Amino acid sequence: MTVSPTLDKRFREAAAAAGLLDVAYDLAETPVGTLLVATTARGLCRISYDPQPEHDAESLAKTFGVRVLRAAKPVDPVRRQLDEYFEGKRTEFELPIDLRHQAPFSRDVLNRLARVPYGQVTTYGALAAEAHRPKAARAVGVVMNRNPVPIVLPCHRVVGASGSLVGYAGGLDRKQLLLELEGALQPQLDV
Amino acid sequence: MALVHVPPFESFYEENQDAVLRELRRLLGRDAEDAYQETFLRALRGYGRLRNADNLRAWVLTIARRVAADHYRRREAAPELAEPQRDSRPAYAELGELAEELPRKERTAVVLRYGYDLSYAAIGAALGSSEDAARQAASSGVRRLRRRMQ
Repeated sequence: MTVSPTLDKRFREAAAAAGLLDVAYDLAETPVGTLLVATTARGLCRISYDPQPEHDAESLAKTFGVRVLRAAKPVDPVRRQLDEYFEGKRTEFELPIDLRHQAPFSRDVLNRLARVPYGQVTTYGALAAEAHRPKAARAVGVVMNRNPVPIVLPCHRVVGASGSLVGYAGGLDRKQLLLELEGALQPQLDV
Repeated sequence: MALVHVPPFESFYEENQDAVLRELRRLLGRDAEDAYQETFLRALRGYGRLRNADNLRAWVLTIARRVAADHYRRREAAPELAEPQRDSRPAYAELGELAEELPRKERTAVVLRYGYDLSYAAIGAALGSSEDAARQAASSGVRRLRRRMQ
C-alpha cells in the first residue's frame, strides 16, 4: 500500500500553509535545464543547477534548519518569474532573497550584483571597486562562484576585464546562453 | 551514546509515510487519510526540536496512535459518524463492539490499550487519571469481558 499522490500533495501544501517549514523546495524546468528552487519564509534562498535533491536537501537543512520539504506552492512565484524571464518577457526579478547566512562581504557584493542591469555586463574588478575593495577581484570571483541564487542574482553578467566569459558555476555554456538571451552577446556559430 | 544526525524532514517523511498510513488504516479504517495529515503536521511541529534521530519510526508511529486515539474519542462523542463498513472493520471496531457493555472508563481503557496499542501513561492522560488507574481500568475491563464470555 502506498500513499496516493493526492494525499501526499495535500500534506505538503498544508505543511507549507501552516508556516511549519524552514525551507520549501521544488524542481523547475527551464531552457538551462532542471533547477532546484528553494525558499524560506524570508524569500528565495537557493537555485541549484543539476540538482541532486537528497544532497541539496541535506545542505539546505544544515544552513536553514531540518524542516525541509518539497512543496510546490511556495516556489510558484519564482517559477513564474523564471518562465517569464526565459520567454524574454521579464528583465527584472521582483523576489525577496534570503541572504541572512552570507558573510558581510559576500552579502554586500551580491546586493551590488543585483543592480547590474539586464543585457549589460560588468567585470569582477569593477564590482570589487564598487565594494570599496579594488584589489579583491579574485574574492569577487569566489562570491560569484558560490552565488546561492544564480540567474536571479545575475552573476552571468560578470565577465573578465578582457571581455572573456572566464567562468560560471553552472558551466560556461549556460553563461553564454543567458547572455545571448539578454542580447548581451551575439549567438556564436559553431565552426 | 553518539547522537544520530537528524535528516531533512523530506527524507524522514518519505521513509515513513507508508508505514504511518498502514498503521492508521489498521486503527481507523476510512478515517485514516485525515489522520495521516494530522500525524505528519504534529511530527513537523516537533521535528525542529529533535536532538537525535534514534527510532524516528517508533516516534512517528506513537504520534499516529495518539492521533488515531483522538479520532476515536471524537467518533465516540458523535456516534452517528462512526460505523465503518462491516467487511473492512479496523481492529478497534470489533473490540469496541465486544466492550460495549463495559462501564465507560473500562471500555475506553480496553479499546485504547488493545485496539490502539497505547501505553498506560497515554491512556491515563486520555482518561484524566493516573497510569496505574488506567492499568487497573483495562484489567478489570478484561476480567469483566472474560466473565461475560464464559
